[in-house]
Amino acid sequence: MDEQILEIEESIPVNPIESFLRTDRIPHIWCPGCGIGTTVNCFTRALETSGLDLNKVSIVSGIGCTGRVAGYLNLDSFHTTHGRPIPFATGLKLANPELKVVVYSGDGDLFAIGGNHFIHAARRNLDMTVICVNNSIYGMTGGQVAPTTPIFATASTTPHGNFEQPFNLPYLADSCGAVYVARWTAYHVRHLTKSIKEALAKKGFSFIEILAPCPTLYSRRNKLGDGLDQMLYYKENSEIKHGANTKEVALEFQSKIIVGKFVDRDRPDYLTLMNEHYQKKFGDKYTPYKG
Amino acid sequence: MKADPKAVLTGAHFLDGDHACSEGAIAAGCRFVAGYPITPSTEVVERIAERFPLIGGVFIQMEDEIASSIAIQGAVWAGKKAMTVTSGPGFSLMMEHIGLAAMTETPCVFVDVQRGGPSTGLPTQPAQGDMMQARWGSHGDYGIIALSPNSPQECFDLTIKAFNLSEQYRVPVLFMMDECVGHMTERVIIPPAEEINIFPRRFYEGPRDEYLPFKPDEDLVPKIVKAGDGYKIHVTGLTHDEKGYPVMTAAAQEKLIPRLVNKIKLNAEKIIEYKEDNIDDAEVVVVTYGITSRVAIPAINQARQEGIKVGHLRLIVVWPFPEKRITELAGRIKSFIVPELNQGQIFYEVERNAYGKAPVYLVPHAGGTVHNPKDIYNAIIKSLKGK
Repeated sequence: MDEQILEIEESIPVNPIESFLRTDRIPHIWCPGCGIGTTVNCFTRALETSGLDLNKVSIVSGIGCTGRVAGYLNLDSFHTTHGRPIPFATGLKLANPELKVVVYSGDGDLFAIGGNHFIHAARRNLDMTVICVNNSIYGMTGGQVAPTTPIFATASTTPHGNFEQPFNLPYLADSCGAVYVARWTAYHVRHLTKSIKEALAKKGFSFIEILAPCPTLYSRRNKLGDGLDQMLYYKENSEIKHGANTKEVALEFQSKIIVGKFVDRDRPDYLTLMNEHYQKKFGDKYTPYKG
Repeated sequence: MKADPKAVLTGAHFLDGDHACSEGAIAAGCRFVAGYPITPSTEVVERIAERFPLIGGVFIQMEDEIASSIAIQGAVWAGKKAMTVTSGPGFSLMMEHIGLAAMTETPCVFVDVQRGGPSTGLPTQPAQGDMMQARWGSHGDYGIIALSPNSPQECFDLTIKAFNLSEQYRVPVLFMMDECVGHMTERVIIPPAEEINIFPRRFYEGPRDEYLPFKPDEDLVPKIVKAGDGYKIHVTGLTHDEKGYPVMTAAAQEKLIPRLVNKIKLNAEKIIEYKEDNIDDAEVVVVTYGITSRVAIPAINQARQEGIKVGHLRLIVVWPFPEKRITELAGRIKSFIVPELNQGQIFYEVERNAYGKAPVYLVPHAGGTVHNPKDIYNAIIKSLKGK
């Protein structure tokens, strides 16, 4: 009997992304219908085919629901303070340029408390990939308004509806100098996976915004149904428009969503500029910095 | 382990305390500095920015002190020795990341060249108003080490010590300078590299699959690895187990937090450093640190010339505090005098450890300049009259 069970278990195929996860930390904390897990799935599949040495990939998160991503990935992973994964990642990357550094965090973490760091990292063109899961809300703390909450949407701290202008994140990233900017939703798993792979291969500051449902705290309060309903909304209202002018991709409450790869350009990254500059300045006295 | 001879400027120099601190950091092996301009600390990073390109270091001027104080921690986890440098307002912004460094046991150095506060205060003038903030400024319980130099020479020597202690105990070490010491220019002797002892990072060297990132050694300090070495470590500011995984229970908190406090508390006697003069026969002991230790000397000398038995205890390591020594002295002296450039901070620590056996007199000063030695002298005289 025991042997039979064993045989059956062996015949079950292993999920290809399992080796990318800290399975001893599962179950995760995310709610049913949450989009973060889907994005992690896409991320691991992008990693799988990226050709990167996984021992040299570090993931850095801030605080919040998406901030927990670092803790579930079987990589060198750093769960830092609220809003500060980008400056932590800056130190990590500059101290060891061999590392592929990915910042994976939420919209509140990266663009409210951490907004200053985002614009400066993009300006410096630090060689890192920033993935922002934008669920339009502060999930972990119970559904407060975020700098990405659409006008009219209700949050626990805007019980009468939001009247603040939200960020257009691709436009922000573009104008600060990011060399790769894309937006997808949790529905666009194939496009997203491909996009993450491209961002990982891109030298310089790459940014991907992923719209993801928060059924517990955003959809429910705004009477938008469950996670599946939000995925249907993404499916029916998204328009793929590669190279779209980022000025024109702002989001409104349940509006049409422009997705795609908006920016893909080349600009020397921070360490390249540093090395070139000092070589010009000091000549042979300068040893190019490699960590 | 010894310092890197290619980077050490061996010889006699005429340096201010800020520049001496930069040279101390370089001698200690620091090769990553992140900072944000703030008076009176900026000269430290200016010299670093000048020196680093040709010795393989990276300096980055970050967008603020919050960013600086966590960028250094990223650099440490990638294998560098790192520090940040600031003054009062910036130090206030860094508090959360002192807590992060304590929680994640990230060895790093925070330099605070103290100026008058609170708020913007007196940007170009001295104070010693951040001493309690250094100890208690981040939320929650943790241990740290803080040093207080009183000369450019000590800014060099003790910055090396600050790095060494941070590596030995895996804590943030706070280097508490003040504007006077930072801007005072004196002779600084930088010894040959082979005479500079460096405490190497406590890297794990055991079997790979047995590594537990937060399992402490006997001295309560765990071994470290760095990103990119294949250990796939997880480092979090959440309460965590020995594996580094978050555990949201009272039991996990009870296992972790007392250790973070005790690794300093139980090793305190090894860490503590102070200098005593004329203590053996003393009836009055003046307890000082930083610039105030030099201002007190004329007052002490005058009193001794008049036959008053005054001793001097100068704190070099301020945190952990030499509790036992203060208690011992309290049992046999008549009074303590504590002059400091604040309205009473280390004074309370002396008073607490005197256990009422000897009265403790504060000589406060709001900062902006240093004490008039006369005020310290008067306090010595008054203390003997029991006033």
